[in-house]
Amino acid sequence: MADIRNYTLNFGPQHPSAHGVLRMVLELDGEVVQRADPHIGLLHRATEKLAEHKTFLQAMPYMDRLDYVSMMCNEHAYVMATEKLLGIEVPIRAQYIRVMFDEITRILNHLLWLGAHGLDIGAMTMFLYTFREREDLMDIYEAVSGARLHAAYYRPGGVYRDLPDSMPLYEVSKMKVHSAQQVAAMNDNRHGSMLDFIEDFTNRFPVCVDEYETLLTDNRIWKQRTVGIGVVTPERAMALGLTGPMLRGSGVAWDLRKKQPYEVYDKVDFDIPVGVNGDCYDRYLVRMEEMRQANRIIKQCVAWLRKNPGPVITDNHKVAPPSRVGMKQNMEELIHHFKLFTEGMHVPEGEVYAAVEHPKGEFGIYLVSDGANKPYRMKIRAPGFSHMSAMDEMARGHMIADVVALMGTFDIVFGEIDR
Amino acid sequence: MKLENLKQNLQALLGEKLVRMSGYAGQLTAEIRPENWQEAAQILRDAPALRFEQLTDLCGMDLSTYGDGRWKGARFCVVTHLLSVSNNQRVRLKVYPADDDFPMVDSVSGIWSGANWFEREAFDLYGIIFNGHPDLRRILSDYGFIGHPFRKDFPISGNVEMRYDPEQRRVIYQPVTVEPRELTPRIVREEGYGG
Repeated sequence: MADIRNYTLNFGPQHPSAHGVLRMVLELDGEVVQRADPHIGLLHRATEKLAEHKTFLQAMPYMDRLDYVSMMCNEHAYVMATEKLLGIEVPIRAQYIRVMFDEITRILNHLLWLGAHGLDIGAMTMFLYTFREREDLMDIYEAVSGARLHAAYYRPGGVYRDLPDSMPLYEVSKMKVHSAQQVAAMNDNRHGSMLDFIEDFTNRFPVCVDEYETLLTDNRIWKQRTVGIGVVTPERAMALGLTGPMLRGSGVAWDLRKKQPYEVYDKVDFDIPVGVNGDCYDRYLVRMEEMRQANRIIKQCVAWLRKNPGPVITDNHKVAPPSRVGMKQNMEELIHHFKLFTEGMHVPEGEVYAAVEHPKGEFGIYLVSDGANKPYRMKIRAPGFSHMSAMDEMARGHMIADVVALMGTFDIVFGEIDR
Repeated sequence: MKLENLKQNLQALLGEKLVRMSGYAGQLTAEIRPENWQEAAQILRDAPALRFEQLTDLCGMDLSTYGDGRWKGARFCVVTHLLSVSNNQRVRLKVYPADDDFPMVDSVSGIWSGANWFEREAFDLYGIIFNGHPDLRRILSDYGFIGHPFRKDFPISGNVEMRYDPEQRRVIYQPVTVEPRELTPRIVREEGYGG
């Protein structure tokens, strides 16, 4: 009788389906996983420690770099925590803008997840389809904040500026990649305001989701790779700390936007999709429906924002800077501006936890202030961290190829897991 | 209203295990005696009026420089956030390990499986020991890392830096050459400063 031993396989950190820098030590019996030990931290940048050495405003752009595919949702949790500590009100228009951008971000995130998940388990075409729509959303990001990825658009007390009246246009390049006629066609929906462009997108997008679904939902290979893989019962899902689509895929109707509404989520109309079996396929369906619902929310926000102009940031100049005009005419406002950007705002002593329904799950910020101009302690509660810790339990007994499907379904982004 | 309810339930069910409770910004914080931490966690999860099925977050905290020395209690703190999906409520729990030089509390990873990695993280970053944890290894810092990086006495630039040494032909560690600097000084202002 030959001596049969388990294999130990090192997976990553350079594996394309490791989504960046995951190293996993897999103990295998043949091709069946006996134990999965993820080694994380290869992208650890000590964001929380850095924030302790920055003023409240300076720490804000770090949030974009956590989960770098859903930037504005990270910012949202941070500014909400700061606002709760400061006890300030956010203008209603800013709340609608935030909700709209949270949902744009949700689509942005789910599109990347769908493309990458498909790519990981053999559906190459998905990536090309989803990046087509992502491009438009990135343009919206760029038009509003100046950056396609790291927007830094939200501020404690509101958002940095109001929505622009125009969208940037494509230009004919010297390289002659597109003819003048083609460029004109590409600019077709960009002649109006940004809201027009977003509305045009929301009208197009449901058809796009249908396209993705025709490629995957009834696809035999897709189902073979996802149905019955990584099944989690509702009880285990809660004990393991799973949140967001991971929890809803197991049939728990839990969504912070409904259960603990923040901003104006109680004023918009949307549904929460819930899975039945708690496998990768159900989580796929949940996320697909979430994109449709996000689209619905964006539509309502666009309609509201068209009708209701107003301020987009608080007029408390201890928190938000005064207008440029005011600053140049008024000594007090000049001093406010100077103090705000040199010393920063002072946040009253206290501690607060603020969470948002991030595309990946519950993203929370635990902020402790001792009255200084810098946070005393900031803890980022990243959904991916909890999901990753469930890897061992979920992967046991599955084939090695299913580990890749699991990573896809977790929607892993290492920026937030390692922080 | 809901907060009052939760407060009463906690008081009734935890009783002596509770040191104090406080509310701020509509959130309830309860301080638990470190020796009762595990029993309290069991009650928090299982009592029907509480039913905190999910551990949202667990983190360490170093209070040694809090308020520029105003803090007089224990140096370390373990802060836990719990969520009850069935009762739709949250609570924040604080446990102060008694010994500052060897901070140790019981592990709750047997009660909430999700606590496993959070406790590893608190151990890695703050050096808090979780008694009874199945696998207390470092999680975020490098293999062979020395020290606990999030303690307030650990410099932000770290203690060692890494470079390739052409003479030895390998990567070596050496003491950091970065000059410590502060862009914006930390200031605590008196009450009502600036109007």
